[in-house]
Amino acid sequence: MIKAILIFNNHGKPRLSKFYEHYSEDTEQQIIRETFHLVSKRDENVCNFLEGGMLIGGSENKLIYRHYATLYFVFCVDSSESELGILGLIQVFVETLDKCFENVCELDLIFHVDKVHNILAEMVMGGMVLETNMNEIITQVDAQNKMEKSEAGIAGAPARAVSAVKNMNLPEMPRNINIGDISIKVPNLPSFK
Amino acid sequence: FPKGRSSGLMIRVIRGARTQGEERGVIQRECAAIRAQFRQADNGTRSHNLAKLLYVHMLGYPAHFGQMECVRLIASPRYNEKRVGYLGAMMLLDEKQDASLLITNSIKNDLSHSSQYVQSLALCTLACMGSAEMCRDLAPEIDLMKLIVKTLTFQAALCAVHMVRKVPELGELFTPAARSLLSEKNHGVLHGAVVLITELCERNPDTLEQFRKVVPELVLMMKGLVMSGYSPEHNVAGISDPFLQVRILRLLRILGRNNDTASDAMNDLLAQVATNTDSSKTAGSAVLYETVLTVMDIKSESGLRVLAVNILGRFLLNNDRNIRYISMTSLQKIVQTDHNAVQRHRGTIVDCLKDQDASVKRRALELSLALVSAVNIRSLMKELLLFLSSCPPELRAHTTSGIFNAAERYAPSQRWHIDTILHVLTTAGGDVRDETVPNLIQLITTATELHCYTVHKLYRALITDISVQSLVQVACWCIGEYGDLLLRGECEETEPVQVHALDDVLDALETVLQSHMSSPATRGFALTATMKLSTRITHNVDRIRSIVSIYGSCIDVELQQRAVEYNALFKKYDHMRAAVLERMPVIDKSSPGHTNGESAGGTIKELEPTKLTQEIVFPQEPSNQVSDENDCNKLS
Repeated sequence: MIKAILIFNNHGKPRLSKFYEHYSEDTEQQIIRETFHLVSKRDENVCNFLEGGMLIGGSENKLIYRHYATLYFVFCVDSSESELGILGLIQVFVETLDKCFENVCELDLIFHVDKVHNILAEMVMGGMVLETNMNEIITQVDAQNKMEKSEAGIAGAPARAVSAVKNMNLPEMPRNINIGDISIKVPNLPSFK
Repeated sequence: FPKGRSSGLMIRVIRGARTQGEERGVIQRECAAIRAQFRQADNGTRSHNLAKLLYVHMLGYPAHFGQMECVRLIASPRYNEKRVGYLGAMMLLDEKQDASLLITNSIKNDLSHSSQYVQSLALCTLACMGSAEMCRDLAPEIDLMKLIVKTLTFQAALCAVHMVRKVPELGELFTPAARSLLSEKNHGVLHGAVVLITELCERNPDTLEQFRKVVPELVLMMKGLVMSGYSPEHNVAGISDPFLQVRILRLLRILGRNNDTASDAMNDLLAQVATNTDSSKTAGSAVLYETVLTVMDIKSESGLRVLAVNILGRFLLNNDRNIRYISMTSLQKIVQTDHNAVQRHRGTIVDCLKDQDASVKRRALELSLALVSAVNIRSLMKELLLFLSSCPPELRAHTTSGIFNAAERYAPSQRWHIDTILHVLTTAGGDVRDETVPNLIQLITTATELHCYTVHKLYRALITDISVQSLVQVACWCIGEYGDLLLRGECEETEPVQVHALDDVLDALETVLQSHMSSPATRGFALTATMKLSTRITHNVDRIRSIVSIYGSCIDVELQQRAVEYNALFKKYDHMRAAVLERMPVIDKSSPGHTNGESAGGTIKELEPTKLTQEIVFPQEPSNQVSDENDCNKLS
């Protein structure tokens, strides 16, 4: 069973925290700090497995982690999980994020943490590995996004406009057009609700 | 601003804060705004306000005021709102709170929703944070057999696993379905079935007994996966659905444990997987590794076990350090039960002492120590001593005590034993346990033919370097005890040290006494050794007398007391000096004054003198004089 999935940056700032066992909020924050402390001390050329910190079950549990640029991806698992399998799963997770966000970077995780949660929910459920095939995961995520868009109705018009502009084939289009925070006021017409 | 800030803008504002205090302020304001938004009637902005709250929560700030909002959103008919609501529920609600019960009804409805995506949300949330009560209530809603969309079956099975963990009695409810699902073709369903069956078997021994009957079916399933041709939907690096293979192997392990029949039924399959799986990529290695674990855990034939250990040995040579690490871990678990099989890979294991990875080094050390035997002690000790000279600081203490234990058990000769201990003290004397010093002294006294050799060696070490306290203490003791052998100038076993006169020896001891590097205990050793030399070399004791009298006013109370007593031995009790300071008898390891590491004896400094010296014959004296003599006869 996977006890927790944590993503934090090189300074220990959490970018995603998912716990599959119940801990109090204080304990959750402490676990994040403790895990960061353990993982950030590791040299670059040692193996990707560590014993878990005291707060998350000690030597019964393992931390399996990978370091990509500015982010640490850490899965805390118990002895029933295959270490190599989980290591592979982290890789699939990152590749999926890369596909879904187009060259994912830390900012993507910061501004779209709910999307990251949705992707993760297709891969791990209740602490157990659900899907490991990247294409399958992306298919599911795309289907859900379609549902979301179709429901958005008129309130989604600005968002659709944004994505339409993004998908236009303009030469030399910058990668991330951040139009997200332009507030286009939609008139409050009751008949359109 | 009817919607409230967009989440992107809020995040940017929070990130703009330059100090922790500023961030707190910003977050408080944002939370106030979010609370205000929640209080307004349905304005179509609830979902993104909750999303903002979740970001705040991730940073570690309190967000419980969003709990009721989650409940409301989950009950919404819109998919978007449900999705954020469920996400919020997983983060903000937990089984301890009453609010979580409020969503039970929503989950119940959503479990039979027309949209598979909504069903999926409900299953996912239930599997993540469902309390025992919720699980009891909702278990009847999970019908594994009726779900048409196969991905949902897997999710439902995982949800069932969670329920069984929370409420073990629910296992009975799911057992029949789990059994039937095993005959499906869809891999997702099979995954679900295997995981569920594994959980049921781990919880309930009767269920385990029942499911042993499916071993043949599992074996066939595994065979199908291993021997199947390339199938694009399941292929990972040339292996067909490695995750499913790993899960089946785990289930087989549980079913075959302690059961001959079940173990027999899977023997051939395990051999087949072990020989046919390509381990050039991680996926294959994962399957192979799981196979090895299964083989070692069930009642397998010895041939198969050897095959498994050989696979682990091969893994040790793999380029991927993760694979080296896990194979070490496994070898360690089986080194006691399959000692001979592991011994065959000793060479590779010892090579791993030089691995760059500290975790691999640590494992290699423990394994090497476990593999020491009378046959390999000489060659293995060479490797261990080599390792000690360059090992990471955190491993030194463990290495030294491991070396000492091995030497104690398997030393081929006393000289080898003494040499080994001295080598360790020279290399890592600062990392040895306290009882090393008395243990070594005891060993030296027993090796009577080697006294000359030992004292020459130790003297040489002493004049080279006086920084390692343990070494200096033993050296002082030996010099005090066997100084006469030192000055004799001849030695069979080693090149004798050029010692011209007593003065050279006393110089060495005085250097120790005066050095700021010497601990109080060490100085005690040096002083007593100096004193003892007065009887070993009987001409010219004046220098000794003067050293001793100087320390009579030493600021260290212990040293002062000794010096005063030794002074008394020179003056009033001179007639007893020879007897008091004569050669120590061979110390018996089990004698009360000798410590084997238990705290009863304490450190060398506190060795109870009276107990030990009772073995030395003393003339009966009036009480006050007896106590003087006893105090003088501390071991050091």
